[in-house]
Amino acid sequence: MSWLISPWALAQHGILGMNGRNINYIARYNRRDRYPLVDNKLLTKKAALKAGITVPELIAAVDSPAGINRLMQAIDNHEEFVLKPVRGSGGKGIVVIERRDGDLFVKASGNTMTAEDIRRHVGDILSGLYSLGGKPDAVMVEERVHFDPVLFDYSYEGVPDLRIIVFRGFPVMAMLRCATHSSGGRANLHQGAIGVGIDLCTGLSLNAVQKGALVTVHPDTGHAFSNLKIPNWDTMLDLAARCYEVTGLGYLGCDIVLDQRYGPMILELNARPGLTIQVTNGTGILPRLRCIEELLERDENACEWGAHRRVMFSKDHFGRLA
Amino acid sequence: MSARLQVVIWAALLVALGIGLSIYKSINLGFPLFPGEYRTVWTVEARVSFKARGEPVRVSLALPRDQVPMHILEESFSGTGYGFQQETRNNQDRAIWSRRDARGPQSLFYKLSVYRADENGLDKTPLTMPAVVRKPDFGSIQQESMRLAAESIIARAHQLSADKDTLVRQLLKLLNDANNPDAIILRADYEDRSPVDLMVDMLALADIPAHSVRGIFLEHNRRQLQPQEMLEAYIDGDWIMVDPVTGHVGMPDNFFVWQRGGVSLVDVTGGSQSQVTFSVIANDISARTVALQQGKVETVALLDFSIYSLPIEQQSVFKLILLVPIGALMVILFRVFIGIRTSGTFMPVLLALAFLQTQLLTGLVIFLLVLAVGLAVRSYLSRLNLLLVARIAAVVVVVVIIMATISVISYKLHIEQALTVVFFPMIILAWTIERMSILWEEDGAREAMIQIAGSLLVASAAYFMMTNRYIEHWSFNFPELMFAVLGVILLLGQYSGYRLSELIRFRDIQDTMR
Repeated sequence: MSWLISPWALAQHGILGMNGRNINYIARYNRRDRYPLVDNKLLTKKAALKAGITVPELIAAVDSPAGINRLMQAIDNHEEFVLKPVRGSGGKGIVVIERRDGDLFVKASGNTMTAEDIRRHVGDILSGLYSLGGKPDAVMVEERVHFDPVLFDYSYEGVPDLRIIVFRGFPVMAMLRCATHSSGGRANLHQGAIGVGIDLCTGLSLNAVQKGALVTVHPDTGHAFSNLKIPNWDTMLDLAARCYEVTGLGYLGCDIVLDQRYGPMILELNARPGLTIQVTNGTGILPRLRCIEELLERDENACEWGAHRRVMFSKDHFGRLA
Repeated sequence: MSARLQVVIWAALLVALGIGLSIYKSINLGFPLFPGEYRTVWTVEARVSFKARGEPVRVSLALPRDQVPMHILEESFSGTGYGFQQETRNNQDRAIWSRRDARGPQSLFYKLSVYRADENGLDKTPLTMPAVVRKPDFGSIQQESMRLAAESIIARAHQLSADKDTLVRQLLKLLNDANNPDAIILRADYEDRSPVDLMVDMLALADIPAHSVRGIFLEHNRRQLQPQEMLEAYIDGDWIMVDPVTGHVGMPDNFFVWQRGGVSLVDVTGGSQSQVTFSVIANDISARTVALQQGKVETVALLDFSIYSLPIEQQSVFKLILLVPIGALMVILFRVFIGIRTSGTFMPVLLALAFLQTQLLTGLVIFLLVLAVGLAVRSYLSRLNLLLVARIAAVVVVVVIIMATISVISYKLHIEQALTVVFFPMIILAWTIERMSILWEEDGAREAMIQIAGSLLVASAAYFMMTNRYIEHWSFNFPELMFAVLGVILLLGQYSGYRLSELIRFRDIQDTMR
């Protein structure tokens, strides 16, 4: 083993690289005019609701400093909520309030914020601090997700979410992202969250990876990932596949959470999903992408397949047993 | 047509256009392909001086022409109070100065600069002097001895020669012979005229067309230079230049022909004691300047509508701007092929431009200093509950204060380089501080350090490319290469292979394979 791998070996494993993803998949299958739909979480929410897809309920949305007071009123009678920049990326700027302590707002991490802190944070978001390119942004407040206790042991201080990559309507790869203490409660792999590959056929765990290295147990909860099985797995795949019709994006990352009360719901969509999912699955994504491309070329009717049929195809072809 | 093919076609066209235009400029317009090529440019000044008698004055000075291998770059005329025009008569350009009334010593100037062009680059147009023989008239009784002497000397030269070429040489040799009695007689009679006139006449008697040539030798720093006379004889369909004294055949090096034929060099009416003196200065000027001036004389569209038509000050600004594409190219290389993360896509280019002014090491030190102090101040500001715009504005002001402080302190400590701190783009610095501070809070110190290091690495690489004297030379002198850079950038934009960073990131992929 050396400090780098030859590009030929990498290609042999079917690993998709950043440049290949950008040119051959994102640029080719994701139409630019569809981006606002996923980059703007408010629009995503509306489009998903219209298509009958479950999403966390919206409490308030504000797009100018004048609306901050209205936002403060709206959250006043909510014990718990999530504050998000509408066009943020990578989980930046998201504040999860778990409960109230007198006048204080208690975050999921245990830290507290005053009403003034919240106003300032909203002001920062509106000024574009967390949006791409620093453009002025809007703020939305939505209901906090109560994630299913089944997954409780696999996440620390944060909501674990499922990332499913959907290629031209077909789910091709999935992983669970678990927050850790070092990721600050966020399910962002760059910040130290753990990615657990999920078998498309069964919903069983594959590799667990933290910061590029294999792990077997959650560092904070000590729970082994090998016993992990995602409940409602078929519903989730179905949900993800339906996002293709909602967005029209050919290469899409769907972030799904499993809520205790409402079941699986779409948290957000991503037009530029990352590449680490390949490590967590222990396999390259390229053969699967090519398989779909070949199918659609071979069988024109496949373009018309419904979400359920597409999920069946994916389960047949991309599962561990396949 | 697929997008990929279109890109390849565009890239090929752009690269061909850029390189083609550059080659054209280099070969046809003489732009130097490599930095540091110099050409010697001689500035020749002809000064006509005479005493005016208070009558209408008319001065006519023979003017030189563009010739092989000497190229005229520029000419200028001056004469206060004189009307001026140029005319061509009998295949001869002349400058005419005129004035209704002048008295006392007068000076008129004609200045030109010439350089020796590449001989292969120029087409040799043959001289179009009439090859006629005008025989001198020795008919009168008094000139009987002259006629005999001439006949004798020509007969002798004829005997000693085989063809026209050797005849001319032998004749010159005999005429220059101090002991030859015939030559003594002839020279005595031509005392008031030049020895070349004698030779022209003798050659005419031998049926060889000839004329005198006036010119000057271009040598550095010569003043009060007198024009030299040479002989040009028509031998076997060609005009051959011969040195009348040495008999050396061919045009001497650095000889600049001023005038052909026996017409006067200067005619002055209304004045006396007229005299023409020449002075020569040699300058080593970069080949580029010469090519540019030459281009201006011939109004080459490629140059007339280029950045060279801008004032010098704007040109020096452009010199910097033209380096930006090089920096952008470096950013692409580092991001697409290596996969280095930078803070802000093209921030490293701006940083590199600042480094150009400050020098690399000073620039790095100043940047890190400003960044460190800025981050410290920013972390305090974040506790003051300010709006984002106000906070960044505050950081801008702090950056200005840091820069001023660095300047003053370093000046007092006599570290002059640190004064170049003013070249850093403040707004960019302020935004970098803001971004870094957010990054630090959001993604941790490690990610912030990685991005700062990445930015500095790319900026340094861009700096080294931009300061490379070849790249500097090419980007400014061949801005057409910008098309080629654009083509290359289009091509690079198609690269869908792995990045170096991915080869490292996925190096253990075998172990995780299922």
